[in-house]
Amino acid sequence: MLTQFYRGLPALFALALLLVSWEAYAQLSGISPTTLPAPSRVLEQAWQNRQPLWDNTLPTIRATVFGSACSLTVAFLLSVLVDFYRPVRRALFPIFIISQTLPLVAIAPLIVLWFGFGLAPKIMLVALVTFFPILVALTQGYESTEAEIEQLLASMGAPRWKRFLLARLPSALPYFFAGLRISMTYAVVGAIFAEYAGAAKGLGIYILNAKNNFRPDLVLAAVLVSAVLTLALFGLTVFVQRLVMPWTRPSLGAGT
Amino acid sequence: MIPPRLQLTGIAAGYKDLQVLKDISLTVRPGEFVSILGPSGAGKSTLFRLFTGTLKPTHGEILYDGLPLEAASSPFAFMPQRDALMPWRRIIDNATLGLEVQGMSRREARTRVEPLLSEFGLSGFEQQYPAALSGGMRQRAALLRTVVQNRSMLLLDEPFGALDALTRAGMHRFVEAMWMRRRWTAMLVTHDVREAVHLSDRIYVLSPRPATLIQVIDIPLTRPRLRNGAAGAEAAAIENAILETLLAPQEGQLP
Repeated sequence: MLTQFYRGLPALFALALLLVSWEAYAQLSGISPTTLPAPSRVLEQAWQNRQPLWDNTLPTIRATVFGSACSLTVAFLLSVLVDFYRPVRRALFPIFIISQTLPLVAIAPLIVLWFGFGLAPKIMLVALVTFFPILVALTQGYESTEAEIEQLLASMGAPRWKRFLLARLPSALPYFFAGLRISMTYAVVGAIFAEYAGAAKGLGIYILNAKNNFRPDLVLAAVLVSAVLTLALFGLTVFVQRLVMPWTRPSLGAGT
Repeated sequence: MIPPRLQLTGIAAGYKDLQVLKDISLTVRPGEFVSILGPSGAGKSTLFRLFTGTLKPTHGEILYDGLPLEAASSPFAFMPQRDALMPWRRIIDNATLGLEVQGMSRREARTRVEPLLSEFGLSGFEQQYPAALSGGMRQRAALLRTVVQNRSMLLLDEPFGALDALTRAGMHRFVEAMWMRRRWTAMLVTHDVREAVHLSDRIYVLSPRPATLIQVIDIPLTRPRLRNGAAGAEAAAIENAILETLLAPQEGQLP
């Protein structure tokens, strides 16, 4: 625990240095707070506007959670399908790859245009940006299964689906979590982008309004909230991974 | 008369244009420990693929307990080259894997395996994950997983090839002691001459591809086979003779 704290020290120090320099520059250069607000002002304004900020954070959380849940479900089902039927993989993967090349700037307004200002287009955009890393990680993970383990199961008379459950799925877990961590860093950004393109409420629309009102301090306050959200999601995936994969913990504790 | 457990007559097999096995005949009787010894690439793995049914012979016949092999439903318990323990299963759950695949409940499988843990030197480690165990212990766990399946014959595919020399020698003694107690019918595939001489009742020596039998050697040494005294000298003489046979055809070529 303590060693982990010590290992985090350089990062904390660098962050503190950055904030202090920023604060010093904003205070001493006489730059207008409507151009570059000091971190202290951002925090103060974030606290003063905590109610509207929170009201706008909730829809973003909702879009992120539902979007990620959808993309997780679809990615898992597709990965299984693709693992059992190779031709499906050859048919679908090019489409998925093309879907990742679409510029979000163009796609987000279109999806809002087609599906309105409600939750649905946000969920779709979050799913669009998070789905592919998870799918790739899962299919890659299945392929990483040790050939000898599969041979062994075959020699025991295990049918294909049993080999999948007993060997391929657990083998894919480390890959899955690596992909999930990447996806989760996209998820909040994806939701905010969707709101930016059109929404009644949400961090994205809050940022847009703050910018139009020349309030960079509130823009940064919303950015701070979104960063905290992403970090929380990231932490959650690490926590779940430790729960689901106890054998990778450094202390393979006896009798636990 | 009891038919041999496993009998191969004039087996030939291969892949497309590549003939791997050419005219292999061998016999394993119940309770015998038989080794297949040959250079790398001599088709030892192909032989195992014939047994597990993933490959069909182009010629010849395989009888199991006097019946064509197809009739018996997977009579072999297989131990692969590396231990192939699942890193995400505790040792006890790795050991029960075969039973679970056969449809036994996890609890029932555990009660079957638990009494054997101490015999395999694994008691106290059953709740550990494989990563926490030494190479020798992992191999013993893999062997336990193989024998609890209660199949009538063991197929051991170079199971000690990845171990260091000392651990391997320890495993030879362990396997011999277990075999003397339980009289498994076993076939070991290896390219380690000393291992084959230590463990086998009979050794079939294969030529390089396409493989034929170049020698069949009965090992009459008493068990347990120790490395010292007259028995040790006799074992060493047999080892040398086999090495000569294996290396002879390659003379004139650089290894």
